[in-house]
Amino acid sequence: MNGSTNRRRFLTAAATLSAGAMVLAACSAGDDGGADGDTPDGPVELRMVMWSANEGHHEIFNEIADAYIAENPDLVSAVSFEPLTGSGYVNALTTQIAGGDAPDLAWVSEANAAQFVQSGVLYNLQPTFTETEGYDIDDLLDGAIDVWSADGEIYGYPFSNSPFGMYVNNDLLQAAGQPNPRDLMASGEWTWDKAMEIAAAVADGSSTTGFQASDDPYTNWNSALGAMWMSWGAAPWSEDGTECTFDSPEMVEFFDWFHGQIYDTGAVAEPGAEFDFASGQVGLRLSQLSSSTALGDDFAWDFVPMPDGPAGTVPVVGQGGVGVVARGDNPQIAADFLAYFTNPENSQLLAQFFPPPRQSLLTVETLSAAAPALTEEQIQGTVIDQALVGVTKAGHVNMSEIADPVRVELDALWVPEGDAATVMPAICEAISDSLAG
Amino acid sequence: MGATDREVGRTRWPRTGSSKRLARIDAAVGLSFAAPAVIGVLVLGLVPFGYVIWYSLHDWSPLIGEFNWIGLDNFTRLIADDTVWSSFLTTFKYAALLMVLNITLAMGLAVLLNQKLRGTTTFRAFFFSPVIVSAVAWVLVWNYLVAANGGINGALATIGIQGPNWLRDPTWALVTVVVIQVFKGVGMNMILFLASLQNVPAELKEAARIDGASPARVFRSVTLPLISPTILLVVMITTIGAMDVFVPIQILTQGGPGRSTTVISYLLYRTAFEQQDFGYASAIGVVLFVVVLVLAALQWNSRKRWVHDEV
Repeated sequence: MNGSTNRRRFLTAAATLSAGAMVLAACSAGDDGGADGDTPDGPVELRMVMWSANEGHHEIFNEIADAYIAENPDLVSAVSFEPLTGSGYVNALTTQIAGGDAPDLAWVSEANAAQFVQSGVLYNLQPTFTETEGYDIDDLLDGAIDVWSADGEIYGYPFSNSPFGMYVNNDLLQAAGQPNPRDLMASGEWTWDKAMEIAAAVADGSSTTGFQASDDPYTNWNSALGAMWMSWGAAPWSEDGTECTFDSPEMVEFFDWFHGQIYDTGAVAEPGAEFDFASGQVGLRLSQLSSSTALGDDFAWDFVPMPDGPAGTVPVVGQGGVGVVARGDNPQIAADFLAYFTNPENSQLLAQFFPPPRQSLLTVETLSAAAPALTEEQIQGTVIDQALVGVTKAGHVNMSEIADPVRVELDALWVPEGDAATVMPAICEAISDSLAG
Repeated sequence: MGATDREVGRTRWPRTGSSKRLARIDAAVGLSFAAPAVIGVLVLGLVPFGYVIWYSLHDWSPLIGEFNWIGLDNFTRLIADDTVWSSFLTTFKYAALLMVLNITLAMGLAVLLNQKLRGTTTFRAFFFSPVIVSAVAWVLVWNYLVAANGGINGALATIGIQGPNWLRDPTWALVTVVVIQVFKGVGMNMILFLASLQNVPAELKEAARIDGASPARVFRSVTLPLISPTILLVVMITTIGAMDVFVPIQILTQGGPGRSTTVISYLLYRTAFEQQDFGYASAIGVVLFVVVLVLAALQWNSRKRWVHDEV
């Protein structure tokens, strides 16, 4: 056997393998492995993916699941709760769905709700919720289920409906000779401008900073600033999501103002600087109830409602929702389990960790369990009162396509000479095709 | 039975039944040793690559479950996509800078550590230790050091220098990532060079010196040619490694500011897993494969011109 014969044989084998791989791919790619409508022969195993690995959360979930299995042994034999932690949660979930290994149930944040609901990823829960005895669907806050609904049907349950508020390091404010936000609230002077004035006085540029948004505004713009620009009456796109409004006067005014807080007043740390509120390095931090669990008594702190902006008081909630993946193996059984998982009794159990979207459960007593570090006044004023009227942060059906181009264009603003009036129209130019669908 | 015996048996002696049997046993033993690696390459390399080619010919939106044949449309789109080409350009810049810094530093360190000086073992361990540190842990620590208010700028401030915003300044961001990666990987190349330097026969260098060559001339005309096979190896593995850099970009810059650090593998990741455009991302992957293959082939073929003992 000579060299050329060997090489030919090798190449033939390689080509055969490649062709085999492609045939395999052809057979498997796009195969959703999804529901075929058949009734399973016996009890099934359900799998819920989530971004939490908190032991307390999982203890409650397992307790609810065990009770469901005991009541429905013919339907479900086991429920597993699979944490996919880290910033790549949506990517990991998408990859599972793409790989034909769709979970039965999945957590989705409000930013991705529109995308998951309107693209048909999630299963219609309305019939199951309506038919489940004692579910009391009317108890759900209208504002809380908006982004989880389409054409009057509900596709996800916002198990966590948590208003944004401002954490205040009272020690830092006092040391900088600044007024207490609660006094400013009482006198009607608790505004974003005043908050930034305080923040600028607190920031020393090296060991402390004045104000910190709920996320890094320079990389996660919607998560960080989405709750703020609503106080300017601004929105990134029209209500139907087809028209870019980043270049609206309100949005330009907001970004111009925020740019000034970084480079003119120094109230906000510049890009790339690292500070931590729980370590006492930040004067004011926009966040939600869950952040209180990381706070001890190293310094005096408070949790107050968001300040007023030019458009007045606009309470905003961030949400974590759970839905049934339509391409899972057993969507109807999963929907039945979800109806049980989120019924009024179990919602009360979940409320030990998450502010519920049910009006009947929005009580100081219920939420004290979720945030034992918060006072009654903080829970009532900053959580309950805001949750009842809060609007949900914006999302978009094409959010995954929009997020990166906006970040890239916004980087031109995050320099001292950045100009909102120039950058905002550039954003619209970059995303207009994605918005139009 | 040694290789020489087999060669003799094949070329000079007619095969007997016994020698054929032994040859078959030899071949079977050889294949059994190679099998795990070959199977690994086939299963984890060739088969997935077949999938990627297949996917690249489709419009695949996993969330809505669409998988439609579109032929070469993804490649047509790719040709007109400025973002892809600017990402390739960024990748080439990254690879070129990394290679120059890494190989120069590795060679310099290897030459220094090849001297019979006190403490060389300690320095060797010092420079090699980052190689065995987890890539993510290494980058996370550097993330804090190069923060605008991090350790490096803090140290510079003590001597009156205001350091740049390393990861947020488009001028510095890519350079900063390269330097962090050079420190991470230089130890491996240093060890490869050091091993090669220690194999250079002392008598050749001694002969050159007796002929009146300066130390620099000895290094250029004797040492460098003799270690050129190692240089080829290092250039090839450093280039291929640089072309698929991902971890430091994902952790340190997320491709920013702007797109100044968006290398092609990061663009591929974003396209596939964030924008859920798996078909187009696969097309980018196929093109990246071809580019790396061509680069490796060019380097391999260039060996005849500069690598010692290659004809």
